[in-house]
Amino acid sequence: MATTVQDAPAAGLELDVRNAAHRKHPWRWLSALVVLVFAAQLVKMLVTNDNFGWDVVWAWLRAESIVRGLGITLMLTVVAMVIGVVLGVLLAVCRISANPLLRSAAGLYIWFFRGTPTLVQLIFFYNLSALLPKLNIGIPFGPVFTSVDTNTLITPLLAAILGLGLNEGAYMAEIVRGGLLSVDPGQREAGQALGMKNSRIMKRIILPQAMRFIVPPTGNQVISMVKATALVSVIALSDLLYTAQSIYNRTFETIPMLIVVCLWYLAVTSVLYVVQSFIERHYNRGARHQAPSFWDFLRIRPKGSAA
Amino acid sequence: MSTAVLQARGVRKSFGHTEVLSGIDLDVTPGETVVVLGPSGSGKSTFLRCINLLESLDAGRITVDGRDVGYDVRNGRLHELSPNEIARRRKDIGMVFQQFNLFPHMTALENIIEAPIAVLGEGRREATERAVGLLAEVGLAGREKAYPRQLSGGQQQRVAIARALAMRPKLMLFDEPTSALDPELVGEVLATMKRLASAGLTMVVVTHEISFAREAADRVVFMDAGQVVEQGTPEQVIDNPQHERTRAFLSRFL
Ligand SMILES: Nc1ncnc2c1ncn2[C@@H]1O[C@H](COP(=O)(O)OP(=O)(O)OP(=O)(O)O)[C@@H](O)[C@H]1O
Ligand SMILES: [Mg+2]
Repeated sequence: MATTVQDAPAAGLELDVRNAAHRKHPWRWLSALVVLVFAAQLVKMLVTNDNFGWDVVWAWLRAESIVRGLGITLMLTVVAMVIGVVLGVLLAVCRISANPLLRSAAGLYIWFFRGTPTLVQLIFFYNLSALLPKLNIGIPFGPVFTSVDTNTLITPLLAAILGLGLNEGAYMAEIVRGGLLSVDPGQREAGQALGMKNSRIMKRIILPQAMRFIVPPTGNQVISMVKATALVSVIALSDLLYTAQSIYNRTFETIPMLIVVCLWYLAVTSVLYVVQSFIERHYNRGARHQAPSFWDFLRIRPKGSAA
Repeated sequence: MSTAVLQARGVRKSFGHTEVLSGIDLDVTPGETVVVLGPSGSGKSTFLRCINLLESLDAGRITVDGRDVGYDVRNGRLHELSPNEIARRRKDIGMVFQQFNLFPHMTALENIIEAPIAVLGEGRREATERAVGLLAEVGLAGREKAYPRQLSGGQQQRVAIARALAMRPKLMLFDEPTSALDPELVGEVLATMKRLASAGLTMVVVTHEISFAREAADRVVFMDAGQVVEQGTPEQVIDNPQHERTRAFLSRFL
Protein backbone atom coordinates (compact mmCIF):
# COMPACT_ATOMS: atom_id res chain seq x y z
CA MET A 1 0.00 0.00 0.00
CA ALA A 2 2.57 2.49 1.14
CA THR A 3 4.80 1.80 -1.85
CA THR A 4 2.09 2.50 -4.46
CA VAL A 5 1.28 5.80 -2.78
CA GLN A 6 4.92 6.83 -3.02
CA ASP A 7 5.55 5.37 -6.45
CA ALA A 8 2.68 7.01 -8.32
CA PRO A 9 3.88 10.62 -8.13
CA ALA A 10 7.53 9.67 -8.29
CA ALA A 11 6.98 8.02 -11.69
CA GLY A 12 6.55 11.28 -13.57
CA LEU A 13 7.87 14.19 -11.56
CA GLU A 14 8.97 15.90 -14.76
CA LEU A 15 5.32 16.22 -15.91
CA ASP A 16 3.71 19.61 -15.66
CA VAL A 17 0.00 20.54 -15.62
CA ARG A 18 0.87 23.36 -18.00
CA ASN A 19 1.25 20.81 -20.78
CA ALA A 20 -1.72 18.66 -19.79
CA ALA A 21 -4.16 17.67 -22.54
CA HIS A 22 -7.47 19.54 -22.26
CA ARG A 23 -10.69 17.56 -22.00
CA LYS A 24 -12.66 17.19 -25.23
CA HIS A 25 -16.26 18.41 -25.24
CA PRO A 26 -18.11 16.48 -27.98
CA TRP A 27 -21.57 17.24 -26.51
CA ARG A 28 -20.83 20.92 -26.44
CA TRP A 29 -19.97 20.89 -30.13
CA LEU A 30 -23.00 18.76 -31.04
CA SER A 31 -25.46 20.98 -29.16
CA ALA A 32 -23.88 24.05 -30.76
CA LEU A 33 -24.46 22.47 -34.17
CA VAL A 34 -28.14 21.83 -33.39
CA VAL A 35 -28.59 25.43 -32.29
CA LEU A 36 -26.89 26.66 -35.47
CA VAL A 37 -29.25 24.64 -37.68
CA PHE A 38 -32.29 26.07 -35.89
CA ALA A 39 -30.87 29.59 -36.12
CA ALA A 40 -30.26 29.22 -39.86
CA GLN A 41 -33.85 28.07 -40.33
CA LEU A 42 -35.15 31.02 -38.32
CA VAL A 43 -33.17 33.48 -40.41
CA LYS A 44 -34.43 31.86 -43.63
CA MET A 45 -38.02 32.23 -42.43
CA LEU A 46 -37.50 35.86 -41.40
CA VAL A 47 -36.13 36.71 -44.85
CA THR A 48 -38.39 34.68 -47.12
CA ASN A 49 -41.76 34.97 -45.36
CA ASP A 50 -43.47 38.07 -46.78
CA ASN A 51 -46.03 38.12 -43.97
CA PHE A 52 -43.47 39.80 -41.76
CA GLY A 53 -43.76 42.84 -43.98
CA TRP A 54 -40.29 44.22 -43.30
CA ASP A 55 -40.88 47.23 -45.56
CA VAL A 56 -43.94 48.14 -43.48
CA VAL A 57 -41.95 47.61 -40.28
CA TRP A 58 -39.21 49.89 -41.50
CA ALA A 59 -41.68 52.55 -42.61
CA TRP A 60 -43.50 52.66 -39.27
CA LEU A 61 -40.50 52.17 -36.96
CA ARG A 62 -39.69 55.87 -36.86
CA ALA A 63 -43.18 57.22 -37.56
CA GLU A 64 -44.03 60.19 -35.40
CA SER A 65 -47.07 58.61 -33.73
CA ILE A 66 -45.08 55.51 -32.78
CA VAL A 67 -42.24 57.56 -31.34
CA ARG A 68 -44.74 59.62 -29.37
CA GLY A 69 -46.26 56.38 -28.03
CA LEU A 70 -42.76 55.24 -27.07
CA GLY A 71 -42.30 58.53 -25.23
CA ILE A 72 -45.47 57.87 -23.19
CA THR A 73 -44.24 54.36 -22.42
CA LEU A 74 -40.85 55.63 -21.23
CA MET A 75 -42.37 58.46 -19.22
CA LEU A 76 -44.77 56.05 -17.50
CA THR A 77 -41.90 53.67 -16.73
CA VAL A 78 -39.77 56.39 -15.18
CA VAL A 79 -42.54 58.02 -13.14
CA ALA A 80 -44.00 54.71 -11.94
CA MET A 81 -40.54 53.39 -10.99
CA VAL A 82 -39.65 56.57 -9.09
CA ILE A 83 -42.91 56.31 -7.15
CA GLY A 84 -42.29 52.60 -6.67
CA VAL A 85 -38.74 53.00 -5.36
CA VAL A 86 -39.56 55.87 -2.98
CA LEU A 87 -42.64 54.07 -1.72
CA GLY A 88 -40.71 50.82 -1.52
CA VAL A 89 -37.96 52.31 0.69
CA LEU A 90 -40.57 53.91 2.96
CA LEU A 91 -42.59 50.70 3.22
CA ALA A 92 -39.45 48.61 3.84
CA VAL A 93 -38.33 50.92 6.65
CA CYS A 94 -41.86 50.69 8.13
CA ARG A 95 -41.76 46.91 7.81
CA ILE A 96 -38.63 46.64 9.97
CA SER A 97 -39.46 49.50 12.35
CA ALA A 98 -40.04 49.01 16.05
CA ASN A 99 -43.57 50.44 15.77
CA PRO A 100 -46.02 47.52 15.43
CA LEU A 101 -48.74 49.69 13.86
CA LEU A 102 -46.40 50.86 11.08
CA ARG A 103 -45.21 47.28 10.57
CA SER A 104 -48.69 45.88 10.07
CA ALA A 105 -49.90 48.83 7.99
CA ALA A 106 -46.99 48.29 5.58
CA GLY A 107 -47.65 44.55 5.62
CA LEU A 108 -51.30 45.11 4.76
CA TYR A 109 -50.41 47.42 1.87
CA ILE A 110 -47.97 44.90 0.42
CA TRP A 111 -50.48 42.08 0.88
CA PHE A 112 -53.17 43.97 -1.02
CA PHE A 113 -51.13 45.31 -3.92
CA ARG A 114 -49.22 42.12 -4.55
CA GLY A 115 -52.30 40.00 -4.13
CA THR A 116 -54.44 41.61 -6.85
CA PRO A 117 -53.69 41.80 -10.58
CA THR A 118 -52.08 45.01 -11.81
CA LEU A 119 -54.59 45.11 -14.64
CA VAL A 120 -57.49 45.16 -12.17
CA GLN A 121 -55.81 47.89 -10.13
CA LEU A 122 -55.40 50.00 -13.27
CA ILE A 123 -59.05 49.68 -14.26
CA PHE A 124 -60.01 50.35 -10.65
CA PHE A 125 -58.17 53.69 -10.53
CA TYR A 126 -59.58 54.56 -13.95
CA ASN A 127 -63.09 54.06 -12.57
CA LEU A 128 -62.41 55.60 -9.17
CA SER A 129 -65.16 58.17 -9.70
CA ALA A 130 -67.77 55.40 -9.50
CA LEU A 131 -66.60 54.75 -5.93
CA LEU A 132 -65.68 58.28 -4.80
CA PRO A 133 -67.38 60.90 -7.01
CA LYS A 134 -65.68 63.72 -5.12
CA LEU A 135 -62.24 63.95 -3.52
CA ASN A 136 -62.03 66.28 -0.51
CA ILE A 137 -59.00 67.95 0.96
CA GLY A 138 -59.34 68.98 4.60
CA ILE A 139 -58.95 67.81 8.17
CA PRO A 140 -59.93 64.16 8.69
CA PHE A 141 -63.46 64.03 10.14
CA GLY A 142 -63.30 67.86 10.21
CA PRO A 143 -63.87 70.76 7.84
CA VAL A 144 -63.25 70.39 4.08
CA PHE A 145 -61.06 73.00 2.40
CA THR A 146 -61.48 72.13 -1.27
CA SER A 147 -63.26 69.44 -3.15
CA VAL A 148 -62.61 68.23 -6.70
CA ASP A 149 -64.55 66.12 -9.08
CA THR A 150 -62.78 62.73 -9.28
CA ASN A 151 -63.33 62.45 -13.02
CA THR A 152 -61.49 65.67 -13.78
CA LEU A 153 -58.65 64.86 -11.39
CA ILE A 154 -58.04 61.23 -12.32
CA THR A 155 -57.17 61.42 -16.00
CA PRO A 156 -56.19 58.19 -17.76
CA LEU A 157 -52.57 59.28 -17.31
CA LEU A 158 -52.91 59.75 -13.56
CA ALA A 159 -54.81 56.47 -13.25
CA ALA A 160 -51.96 54.74 -15.07
CA ILE A 161 -49.31 56.37 -12.89
CA LEU A 162 -51.17 55.53 -9.69
CA GLY A 163 -51.98 51.98 -10.76
CA LEU A 164 -48.45 51.13 -11.88
CA GLY A 165 -46.59 53.12 -9.19
CA LEU A 166 -48.54 51.99 -6.13
CA ASN A 167 -48.36 48.41 -7.31
CA GLU A 168 -44.62 48.69 -7.92
CA GLY A 169 -44.13 50.10 -4.41
CA ALA A 170 -45.32 46.81 -2.94
CA TYR A 171 -42.77 44.77 -4.90
CA MET A 172 -39.94 47.24 -4.30
CA ALA A 173 -40.70 47.18 -0.57
CA GLU A 174 -39.93 43.48 -0.42
CA ILE A 175 -36.77 43.90 -2.50
CA VAL A 176 -35.51 46.76 -0.33
CA ARG A 177 -36.39 44.93 2.88
CA GLY A 178 -34.46 41.87 1.72
CA GLY A 179 -31.47 44.10 0.94
CA LEU A 180 -31.58 45.83 4.32
CA LEU A 181 -31.77 42.52 6.17
CA SER A 182 -28.80 41.15 4.24
CA VAL A 183 -26.46 43.73 5.81
CA ASP A 184 -24.62 42.41 8.87
CA PRO A 185 -26.14 43.90 12.08
CA GLY A 186 -22.56 44.61 13.22
CA GLN A 187 -22.46 47.41 10.63
CA ARG A 188 -25.29 49.29 12.32
CA GLU A 189 -23.65 48.74 15.73
CA ALA A 190 -20.32 50.06 14.47
CA GLY A 191 -22.10 53.20 13.27
CA GLN A 192 -23.96 53.57 16.57
CA ALA A 193 -20.77 53.10 18.57
CA LEU A 194 -19.24 55.98 16.59
CA GLY A 195 -22.12 58.22 17.64
CA MET A 196 -23.79 58.39 14.23
CA LYS A 197 -27.51 59.12 14.01
CA ASN A 198 -29.81 56.40 12.72
CA SER A 199 -30.71 58.35 9.58
CA ARG A 200 -27.03 58.81 8.74
CA ILE A 201 -26.28 55.14 9.44
CA MET A 202 -29.08 54.16 7.08
CA LYS A 203 -27.94 56.53 4.34
CA ARG A 204 -24.17 56.07 4.50
CA ILE A 205 -23.68 52.55 5.82
CA ILE A 206 -26.72 50.28 5.48
CA LEU A 207 -28.26 51.41 2.17
CA PRO A 208 -25.01 51.49 0.15
CA GLN A 209 -24.31 47.91 1.21
CA ALA A 210 -27.91 46.84 0.71
CA MET A 211 -27.72 48.26 -2.82
CA ARG A 212 -25.65 45.29 -3.94
CA PHE A 213 -28.67 43.12 -3.19
CA ILE A 214 -31.27 45.68 -4.28
CA VAL A 215 -29.93 46.71 -7.70
CA PRO A 216 -30.12 43.39 -9.61
CA PRO A 217 -33.78 42.63 -8.78
CA THR A 218 -34.64 46.31 -9.28
CA GLY A 219 -33.17 46.09 -12.77
CA ASN A 220 -35.59 43.23 -13.35
CA GLN A 221 -38.42 45.38 -12.04
CA VAL A 222 -37.57 48.24 -14.40
CA ILE A 223 -37.54 45.88 -17.36
CA SER A 224 -40.85 44.37 -16.21
CA MET A 225 -42.23 47.86 -15.81
CA VAL A 226 -41.31 48.83 -19.38
CA LYS A 227 -43.45 45.95 -20.54
CA ALA A 228 -46.14 46.31 -17.86
CA THR A 229 -46.89 49.80 -19.13
CA ALA A 230 -48.46 48.05 -22.14
CA LEU A 231 -51.36 47.27 -19.79
CA VAL A 232 -52.42 50.92 -19.91
CA SER A 233 -53.72 50.40 -23.43
CA VAL A 234 -56.88 49.04 -21.73
CA ILE A 235 -57.60 52.49 -20.32
CA ALA A 236 -57.07 54.10 -23.73
CA LEU A 237 -53.78 55.78 -22.93
CA SER A 238 -51.79 56.08 -26.16
CA ASP A 239 -48.60 54.32 -25.19
CA LEU A 240 -46.47 52.38 -27.67
CA LEU A 241 -48.78 49.36 -27.85
CA TYR A 242 -52.04 51.35 -27.96
CA THR A 243 -50.67 53.53 -30.76
CA ALA A 244 -49.67 50.46 -32.77
CA GLN A 245 -53.06 48.87 -32.15
CA SER A 246 -54.92 51.90 -33.39
CA ILE A 247 -52.76 51.87 -36.52
CA TYR A 248 -53.31 48.21 -37.39
CA ASN A 249 -57.00 48.52 -36.63
CA ARG A 250 -57.04 50.88 -39.62
CA THR A 251 -54.46 49.24 -41.90
CA PHE A 252 -54.80 45.56 -40.84
CA GLU A 253 -50.98 45.23 -40.87
CA THR A 254 -51.13 43.51 -37.50
CA ILE A 255 -47.91 41.48 -37.57
CA PRO A 256 -45.61 44.23 -38.90
CA MET A 257 -46.96 46.68 -36.32
CA LEU A 258 -46.42 44.18 -33.50
CA ILE A 259 -42.88 43.68 -34.75
CA VAL A 260 -42.35 47.44 -34.60
CA VAL A 261 -43.56 47.33 -31.00
CA CYS A 262 -41.28 44.40 -30.13
CA LEU A 263 -38.24 46.04 -31.69
CA TRP A 264 -38.75 49.18 -29.65
CA TYR A 265 -39.29 47.26 -26.40
CA LEU A 266 -36.14 45.23 -27.12
CA ALA A 267 -34.14 48.38 -27.82
CA VAL A 268 -35.23 49.98 -24.55
CA THR A 269 -34.64 46.87 -22.42
CA SER A 270 -31.19 46.39 -24.00
CA VAL A 271 -30.16 49.90 -23.01
CA LEU A 272 -31.46 49.26 -19.50
CA TYR A 273 -29.44 46.07 -19.30
CA VAL A 274 -26.23 47.98 -20.04
CA VAL A 275 -27.10 50.70 -17.53
CA GLN A 276 -27.81 48.08 -14.88
CA SER A 277 -24.44 46.40 -15.33
CA PHE A 278 -22.68 49.73 -14.79
CA ILE A 279 -24.69 50.48 -11.64
CA GLU A 280 -23.91 47.02 -10.26
CA ARG A 281 -20.21 47.61 -10.75
CA HIS A 282 -20.47 50.88 -8.88
CA TYR A 283 -22.06 49.31 -5.80
CA ASN A 284 -19.62 46.41 -5.77
CA ARG A 285 -16.74 48.56 -4.57
CA GLY A 286 -14.74 46.66 -1.99
CA ALA A 287 -16.64 43.43 -2.60
CA ARG A 288 -14.90 40.14 -3.13
CA HIS A 289 -16.81 39.27 -6.30
CA GLN A 290 -16.88 41.70 -9.17
CA ALA A 291 -20.23 42.17 -10.87
CA PRO A 292 -20.49 40.41 -14.23
CA SER A 293 -19.38 42.58 -17.09
CA PHE A 294 -21.94 43.49 -19.73
CA TRP A 295 -20.02 41.53 -22.37
CA ASP A 296 -19.95 38.32 -20.35
CA PHE A 297 -22.86 36.83 -22.28
CA LEU A 298 -20.61 36.75 -25.36
CA ARG A 299 -18.00 34.56 -23.67
CA ILE A 300 -17.89 30.96 -24.75
CA ARG A 301 -15.83 29.74 -21.83
CA PRO A 302 -17.31 30.89 -18.54
CA LYS A 303 -14.90 33.14 -16.64
CA GLY A 304 -12.89 31.34 -13.99
CA SER A 305 -13.88 27.88 -15.19
CA ALA A 306 -11.13 25.31 -15.48
CA ALA A 307 -12.52 23.78 -18.67
CA MET B 1 -16.09 59.67 42.88
CA SER B 2 -16.57 62.34 40.25
CA THR B 3 -13.07 61.71 38.87
CA ALA B 4 -14.05 58.30 37.48
CA VAL B 5 -14.46 58.04 33.70
CA LEU B 6 -16.75 55.03 34.06
CA GLN B 7 -19.01 54.23 36.99
CA ALA B 8 -21.24 51.19 36.98
CA ARG B 9 -23.56 50.46 39.90
CA GLY B 10 -25.71 47.37 40.32
CA VAL B 11 -26.05 46.77 36.57
CA ARG B 12 -28.57 44.05 35.79
CA LYS B 13 -29.57 42.67 32.42
CA SER B 14 -31.71 39.70 31.39
CA PHE B 15 -32.43 38.13 28.03
CA GLY B 16 -35.86 36.55 28.41
CA HIS B 17 -35.75 34.61 31.64
CA THR B 18 -31.97 34.25 31.91
CA GLU B 19 -30.19 36.90 33.90
CA VAL B 20 -26.88 37.63 32.19
CA LEU B 21 -25.67 40.49 34.44
CA SER B 22 -26.55 40.18 38.13
CA GLY B 23 -25.44 43.44 39.65
CA ILE B 24 -22.12 44.67 38.27
CA ASP B 25 -20.18 47.43 40.07
CA LEU B 26 -17.10 48.88 38.42
CA ASP B 27 -15.20 52.16 38.49
CA VAL B 28 -12.54 53.13 35.97
CA THR B 29 -10.37 56.17 36.62
CA PRO B 30 -8.79 58.35 33.91
CA GLY B 31 -5.83 56.73 32.16
CA GLU B 32 -6.56 53.35 33.66
CA THR B 33 -6.45 50.11 31.64
CA VAL B 34 -8.87 47.54 33.02
CA VAL B 35 -8.79 44.01 31.62
CA VAL B 36 -11.92 41.92 32.09
CA LEU B 37 -11.39 38.17 32.19
CA GLY B 38 -14.02 35.48 32.49
CA PRO B 39 -15.36 32.28 30.98
CA SER B 40 -17.49 32.27 27.85
CA GLY B 41 -21.07 33.32 28.55
CA SER B 42 -20.19 35.13 31.78
CA GLY B 43 -21.63 38.39 30.39
CA LYS B 44 -18.45 40.29 29.49
CA SER B 45 -19.65 41.39 26.05
CA THR B 46 -23.09 42.22 27.38
CA PHE B 47 -21.56 44.46 30.04
CA LEU B 48 -19.39 46.30 27.49
CA ARG B 49 -22.43 46.78 25.23
CA CYS B 50 -24.40 48.17 28.16
CA ILE B 51 -21.73 50.85 28.66
CA ASN B 52 -22.43 52.48 25.28
CA LEU B 53 -26.07 51.43 25.31
CA LEU B 54 -25.91 48.95 22.43
CA GLU B 55 -27.88 46.97 25.04
CA SER B 56 -30.25 48.68 27.46
CA LEU B 57 -29.93 48.02 31.18
CA ASP B 58 -32.77 46.50 33.22
CA ALA B 59 -31.58 47.95 36.52
CA GLY B 60 -28.69 49.89 38.02
CA ARG B 61 -26.86 52.77 36.45
CA ILE B 62 -23.82 53.45 34.27
CA THR B 63 -22.26 56.87 33.85
CA VAL B 64 -19.45 57.82 31.49
CA ASP B 65 -17.62 61.04 32.32
CA GLY B 66 -20.29 61.73 34.92
CA ARG B 67 -23.28 61.45 32.56
CA ASP B 68 -25.72 58.65 31.79
CA VAL B 69 -25.52 57.72 28.13
CA GLY B 70 -29.25 57.12 27.79
CA TYR B 71 -30.77 59.40 30.42
CA ASP B 72 -30.96 62.94 31.73
CA VAL B 73 -31.37 63.69 35.41
CA ARG B 74 -34.24 66.10 36.03
CA ASN B 75 -35.94 66.70 39.38
CA GLY B 76 -34.09 63.83 40.95
CA ARG B 77 -35.30 61.34 38.35
CA LEU B 78 -33.78 59.76 35.23
CA HIS B 79 -35.56 60.62 31.98
CA GLU B 80 -34.99 58.58 28.81
CA LEU B 81 -33.26 60.43 25.96
CA SER B 82 -34.18 60.37 22.26
CA PRO B 83 -32.12 58.19 19.87
CA ASN B 84 -30.37 61.26 18.44
CA GLU B 85 -29.37 62.51 21.89
CA ILE B 86 -28.07 59.05 22.78
CA ALA B 87 -26.05 59.06 19.55
CA ARG B 88 -24.49 62.38 20.57
CA ARG B 89 -23.40 60.96 23.93
CA ARG B 90 -21.95 57.81 22.42
CA LYS B 91 -19.29 59.77 20.55
CA ASP B 92 -17.11 59.91 23.67
CA ILE B 93 -17.02 56.11 23.91
CA GLY B 94 -14.95 54.23 21.34
CA MET B 95 -15.61 50.57 20.70
CA VAL B 96 -13.54 47.91 18.96
CA PHE B 97 -15.38 44.75 17.99
CA GLN B 98 -14.28 41.14 17.75
CA GLN B 99 -15.34 41.04 14.07
CA PHE B 100 -13.81 44.50 13.32
CA ASN B 101 -17.09 45.71 11.72
CA LEU B 102 -15.28 47.96 9.27
CA PHE B 103 -17.49 49.42 6.56
CA PRO B 104 -16.60 47.19 3.58
CA HIS B 105 -17.71 49.68 0.91
CA MET B 106 -15.34 52.37 2.19
CA THR B 107 -11.56 52.57 2.05
CA ALA B 108 -9.50 52.57 5.26
CA LEU B 109 -9.38 56.36 5.10
CA GLU B 110 -13.12 56.74 4.43
CA ASN B 111 -13.85 54.40 7.35
CA ILE B 112 -11.89 56.68 9.67
CA ILE B 113 -13.14 60.10 8.49
CA GLU B 114 -16.85 59.19 8.24
CA ALA B 115 -17.79 59.80 11.89
CA PRO B 116 -15.51 62.81 12.56
CA ILE B 117 -17.19 64.55 9.60
CA ALA B 118 -20.73 63.39 10.37
CA VAL B 119 -20.67 63.61 14.16
CA LEU B 120 -17.92 66.04 15.17
CA GLY B 121 -18.55 68.33 12.21
CA GLU B 122 -14.90 68.32 11.15
CA GLY B 123 -13.97 69.49 7.67
CA ARG B 124 -12.94 66.82 5.18
CA ARG B 125 -9.43 68.25 4.92
CA GLU B 126 -8.83 68.30 8.65
CA ALA B 127 -10.38 64.83 9.17
CA THR B 128 -8.26 63.39 6.36
CA GLU B 129 -5.05 64.85 7.78
CA ARG B 130 -5.77 63.36 11.19
CA ALA B 131 -6.78 60.01 9.69
CA VAL B 132 -3.48 59.77 7.80
CA GLY B 133 -1.69 60.42 11.08
CA LEU B 134 -3.77 57.84 12.94
CA LEU B 135 -3.11 55.21 10.29
CA ALA B 136 0.61 55.85 10.66
CA GLU B 137 0.22 55.57 14.42
CA VAL B 138 -1.26 52.06 14.11
CA GLY B 139 1.48 51.09 11.67
CA LEU B 140 -0.53 51.37 8.45
CA ALA B 141 1.00 54.42 6.77
CA GLY B 142 0.28 54.40 3.05
CA ARG B 143 -2.73 52.05 3.23
CA GLU B 144 -5.31 54.86 3.09
CA LYS B 145 -6.85 53.67 -0.18
CA ALA B 146 -7.11 49.98 0.73
CA TYR B 147 -10.56 48.45 1.11
CA PRO B 148 -11.04 46.28 4.21
CA ARG B 149 -11.07 43.08 2.13
CA GLN B 150 -7.61 43.90 0.80
CA LEU B 151 -6.19 43.99 4.35
CA SER B 152 -5.27 41.14 6.69
CA GLY B 153 -7.33 40.61 9.81
CA GLY B 154 -4.70 42.25 11.98
CA GLN B 155 -4.53 45.26 9.67
CA GLN B 156 -8.34 45.52 9.61
CA GLN B 157 -8.48 45.53 13.38
CA ARG B 158 -5.84 48.26 13.53
CA VAL B 159 -7.90 50.36 11.07
CA ALA B 160 -10.90 49.77 13.38
CA ILE B 161 -8.83 51.02 16.32
CA ALA B 162 -7.79 54.11 14.34
CA ARG B 163 -11.45 54.68 13.41
CA ALA B 164 -12.46 54.66 17.07
CA LEU B 165 -9.54 56.90 18.06
CA ALA B 166 -10.52 59.47 15.41
CA MET B 167 -13.47 60.41 17.64
CA ARG B 168 -11.05 61.36 20.45
CA PRO B 169 -12.92 59.13 22.89
CA LYS B 170 -12.69 59.54 26.65
CA LEU B 171 -13.12 55.81 27.07
CA MET B 172 -12.28 52.91 24.74
CA LEU B 173 -13.99 49.53 24.91
CA PHE B 174 -12.36 46.46 23.34
CA ASP B 175 -14.42 43.28 23.03
CA GLU B 176 -12.04 40.39 22.37
CA PRO B 177 -10.21 42.38 19.68
CA THR B 178 -7.85 39.52 18.83
CA SER B 179 -10.18 36.50 19.04
CA ALA B 180 -10.98 36.47 15.33
CA LEU B 181 -7.32 36.70 14.30
CA ASP B 182 -4.82 34.07 13.20
CA PRO B 183 -2.26 33.51 15.98
CA GLU B 184 0.57 35.21 14.10
CA LEU B 185 -1.51 38.40 13.71
CA VAL B 186 -2.49 38.74 17.38
CA GLY B 187 0.82 40.32 18.39
CA GLU B 188 0.59 43.39 16.13
CA VAL B 189 -2.86 44.32 17.47
CA LEU B 190 -1.85 43.78 21.10
CA ALA B 191 1.28 45.89 20.54
CA THR B 192 -0.89 48.75 19.25
CA MET B 193 -3.16 48.44 22.29
CA LYS B 194 -0.21 48.41 24.70
CA ARG B 195 1.06 51.61 23.14
CA LEU B 196 -2.37 53.23 23.64
CA ALA B 197 -2.47 52.05 27.24
CA SER B 198 0.89 53.55 28.07
CA ALA B 199 -0.05 56.76 26.25
CA GLY B 200 -2.72 57.22 28.90
CA LEU B 201 -5.92 56.21 27.07
CA THR B 202 -8.66 54.97 29.40
CA MET B 203 -9.52 51.45 28.27
CA VAL B 204 -11.74 48.53 29.25
CA VAL B 205 -10.50 45.41 27.47
CA VAL B 206 -12.26 42.06 27.35
CA THR B 207 -9.73 39.48 26.25
CA HIS B 208 -8.46 35.95 26.73
CA GLU B 209 -4.86 37.09 26.27
CA ILE B 210 -3.49 36.62 29.79
CA SER B 211 -0.07 37.96 28.75
CA PHE B 212 -1.67 41.22 27.67
CA ALA B 213 -3.46 41.48 31.03
CA ARG B 214 -0.18 40.90 32.82
CA GLU B 215 1.79 43.46 30.82
CA ALA B 216 -0.72 46.23 30.11
CA ALA B 217 -3.42 46.12 32.76
CA ASP B 218 -3.52 48.45 35.74
CA ARG B 219 -6.33 46.31 37.08
CA VAL B 220 -7.77 42.91 36.23
CA VAL B 221 -11.44 42.13 36.82
CA PHE B 222 -12.61 38.54 36.87
CA MET B 223 -16.27 38.00 35.94
CA ASP B 224 -18.32 34.85 36.21
CA ALA B 225 -22.06 34.23 35.83
CA GLY B 226 -22.84 37.93 35.53
CA GLN B 227 -20.93 39.03 38.62
CA VAL B 228 -17.54 40.51 39.40
CA VAL B 229 -15.90 37.71 41.39
CA GLU B 230 -12.67 39.51 42.21
CA GLN B 231 -10.47 42.34 41.04
CA GLY B 232 -7.04 43.75 41.72
CA THR B 233 -3.61 44.20 40.16
CA PRO B 234 -2.53 41.59 37.59
CA GLU B 235 -0.22 40.09 40.23
CA GLN B 236 -3.07 39.73 42.72
CA VAL B 237 -5.67 38.28 40.37
CA ILE B 238 -3.56 36.26 37.94
CA ASP B 239 -0.74 35.05 40.13
CA ASN B 240 -2.52 34.84 43.44
CA PRO B 241 -6.27 34.42 42.85
CA GLN B 242 -8.42 34.30 45.99
CA HIS B 243 -11.47 32.58 44.58
CA GLU B 244 -11.91 29.01 43.48
CA ARG B 245 -13.72 30.08 40.26
CA THR B 246 -10.84 32.37 39.29
CA ARG B 247 -8.33 29.61 39.91
CA ALA B 248 -10.37 27.15 37.85
CA PHE B 249 -10.59 29.62 34.96
CA LEU B 250 -6.89 30.56 35.01
CA SER B 251 -5.72 26.96 35.26
CA ARG B 252 -6.83 26.53 31.64
CA PHE B 253 -4.20 29.02 30.49
CA LEU B 254 -1.21 27.45 32.25
N1 LIG C 1 -29.11 39.30 22.23
C1 LIG C 1 -29.14 38.23 23.05
N2 LIG C 1 -30.28 37.51 23.19
C2 LIG C 1 -30.32 36.45 24.01
N3 LIG C 1 -29.28 36.00 24.74
C3 LIG C 1 -28.13 36.67 24.65
C4 LIG C 1 -27.99 37.81 23.80
N4 LIG C 1 -26.72 38.28 23.90
C5 LIG C 1 -26.10 37.45 24.77
N5 LIG C 1 -26.94 36.49 25.23
C6 LIG C 1 -26.60 35.46 26.22
O1 LIG C 1 -26.06 36.09 27.34
C7 LIG C 1 -25.02 35.32 27.88
C8 LIG C 1 -23.78 36.17 28.06
O2 LIG C 1 -23.32 36.52 26.78
P1 LIG C 1 -22.02 37.40 26.54
O3 LIG C 1 -21.86 37.50 25.06
O4 LIG C 1 -22.13 38.66 27.30
O5 LIG C 1 -20.89 36.50 27.17
P2 LIG C 1 -19.32 36.67 27.07
O6 LIG C 1 -18.83 36.66 28.47
O7 LIG C 1 -18.98 37.82 26.22
O8 LIG C 1 -18.87 35.33 26.38
P3 LIG C 1 -17.76 35.08 25.24
O9 LIG C 1 -16.45 34.95 25.95
O10 LIG C 1 -18.18 33.79 24.62
O11 LIG C 1 -17.81 36.22 24.28
C9 LIG C 1 -24.81 34.13 26.99
O12 LIG C 1 -25.43 33.00 27.59
C10 LIG C 1 -25.53 34.52 25.72
O13 LIG C 1 -26.09 33.39 25.13
MG1 LIG D 1 -18.12 38.09 24.27
